[in-house]
Amino acid sequence: MSDVLLESEPSMDNRSPRHGVEQLSMQQALNLALDEVLAENSKALIFGEDCGRLGGVFRVTDGLRAKYGNGRVFDTPLAESGILGMAVGLAMAGFHPIPEVQFDGFAYPAINQIVCQIARMNYRSRGILPMPITLRVPSFGGIRAPEHHGESLEALFAHVPGLKVASPSNPHEAYHLLKYAATRPDPVIFMEPKSRYWQKGEVHFDSADATSPPDGSSPGGGSPTGAKVMREGRHLTLVAWGAMVARCLQVAGLAAEDGIDIEVLDLRWLKPIDEAALEASVRKTRRAVVVHEAPLTSGLGAEVAQLITRSCFDTLKAPVERVTGFDVPYPSGDLEDEYIPNIDRILFGIQRVLEYRRG
Amino acid sequence: MVTAMDTLPTPATGSEAVPLSGPAAPPLTDDELRALYSLMVSVRHLDTSAIAWQRQGLIPGYAPELGQEAAQVGSGFAVDTSRDFVFPTYRELGVARAMGVDMVAYMSTHKATWHGGLYDPLESRLAPIQAVVGGSVLHAVGWAHGQTLTGPADGRLGVAMAYFGDGASSQGDIHEAMNFAAVMKAPVVFFVQNNGWAISLPTELQVAGGSVAGRAAGYGIPALRIDGNDVVAVVDATRRAFAHCRAGNGPVLIEAMTYRRGPHSTSDDPGRYRSLNEERDGAGEDPLERFRQRLLADGVAGEAFFAEALAAAKAEEEEIRAGIQALGPRPGSEMFDLVFQETTPALRAQAASWREESEHV
Repeated sequence: MSDVLLESEPSMDNRSPRHGVEQLSMQQALNLALDEVLAENSKALIFGEDCGRLGGVFRVTDGLRAKYGNGRVFDTPLAESGILGMAVGLAMAGFHPIPEVQFDGFAYPAINQIVCQIARMNYRSRGILPMPITLRVPSFGGIRAPEHHGESLEALFAHVPGLKVASPSNPHEAYHLLKYAATRPDPVIFMEPKSRYWQKGEVHFDSADATSPPDGSSPGGGSPTGAKVMREGRHLTLVAWGAMVARCLQVAGLAAEDGIDIEVLDLRWLKPIDEAALEASVRKTRRAVVVHEAPLTSGLGAEVAQLITRSCFDTLKAPVERVTGFDVPYPSGDLEDEYIPNIDRILFGIQRVLEYRRG
Repeated sequence: MVTAMDTLPTPATGSEAVPLSGPAAPPLTDDELRALYSLMVSVRHLDTSAIAWQRQGLIPGYAPELGQEAAQVGSGFAVDTSRDFVFPTYRELGVARAMGVDMVAYMSTHKATWHGGLYDPLESRLAPIQAVVGGSVLHAVGWAHGQTLTGPADGRLGVAMAYFGDGASSQGDIHEAMNFAAVMKAPVVFFVQNNGWAISLPTELQVAGGSVAGRAAGYGIPALRIDGNDVVAVVDATRRAFAHCRAGNGPVLIEAMTYRRGPHSTSDDPGRYRSLNEERDGAGEDPLERFRQRLLADGVAGEAFFAEALAAAKAEEEEIRAGIQALGPRPGSEMFDLVFQETTPALRAQAASWREESEHV
């Protein structure tokens, strides 16, 4: 896979002090990553609503205040614009802020600080005031939460010049991606799939890439900066990120029973997108379906479809298909399963592509 | 001899006004008073020239600060550029000049060369010019909190000073900033220039309760409501506020009452919302002339000094004008190169096609 984010490989200080393999939930893996980031970088700070005493409503920052003190891990008043505006000032003062927005929908009140300030300060200051801000956002749906507690904002963030966007799909990815993101000199919106916080999986500490996917299929490749093949296949590529990766792996398992060999590509970075990985996969499979929870129109699936079409047009057997949420406000819990792409809808999308015949 | 500042009463809104701790600043020396006058003349001359430059086509637009010289120069004068950091709006020419910022680099933003200005914000201790109204005030809180985290090098904290106006005081970010700063005891000076107008809207239609300073009490922040057209009062208040912050006592708000004598910007037409009579009545005495009379009366400076200061201001303005005239556009490649510290393949590809298609390289 290509190294899309960096010219150089990550430095040694990005490596885990741990070795071997552990079974961890994503919440534990993220907590461990933050613990190590705080230990390795005295300028790293964690703050937000209920991040300190409580350890976060999802417990991702659990125990860190006790270990590193109130100066490094602290609670803020309840105001998202305030939290992220503060992050800008702390970054200007040489810190590496790792703020948390408690739920994705709470990022809206902070949009001015994210879009007009965090994303632009490096540019505005001509590179003199970088914004090494890692904004953790518990994201996406699937937990029957109240309104604005389940949003998919990746297209919104990815559209903003100056922001990078990442989303892990499992505990292993969560650990390595967060450790990587939290050592970068640019702002990264880190979208944690909240429905996956409690799912356990193997975390391989020695290498970000030597892992086997949770379903035991063959290992994927990829540096921490690119997309990653989570399952190899020959007939069709499912492109997904966050919580949809696990669902696509499930779908691939079911399709395999019908003799359909599906490749699952975990995009991991939603900006920048690993174009070379998309091309390599789809040149091989000649068919692609993008799956995301966000609404269809102007979703990131459109971007992915265009990138695939541009690089693979002559080899594609069918137009790139999208299986997504609908152009509706995120529904209440009772209708959540109707909204989030489910196994059936993904299978129908696959079927449409496989049955496509040129007119 | 100029002595005490003119402190206007603070209308308390809801709760008692909070007192400012610490001793009053020592009186300004004659040298300092003359330096302040020279700065104000320089700023007045540069500011009015900038309007002319816009009319002549040298710069596409400008936001004048005519009438706010005392508020800007006086507060900027109090900054210790070895440890403090200032967060301006887009109308802070006088602050920048008083802090010793390179004025060609500062004015470059008005020449549309680069949005934040070309000056080095770290070296000059002035954050990039901020176009979002109230946008940088929270940054000051974050920067200031960073000072408390790092701890004072010699028992004296670096202080962040955030500028905003009566219009910005309506923004939610301002209230979040005041609350955060007070809760965290961050060393922030909120310097409000209440110049009476937010483009076309007068303060009485903008600020409920009639005073931004009055709001500080609600956050437990000491506030000074001062005559912002009296440069000595401004320096004194700002120094007192800095001393309070430096000692770790938390934030202070200063509301400097002044008047925007000119238009909001070179595109504005105040005739549509205020009459010349209203303008004259609201503006009161010219802060520069007022200071001149005071220096004369106190025997601190005479006509020869004033003439010298004006000549120096003119020479400086010519130099800055020449610098701005010589300022060419930045290379287009900077559009791409300065987005990230670590660029992306998409940006590299876009830069390459831009070069090919626009520069035919």
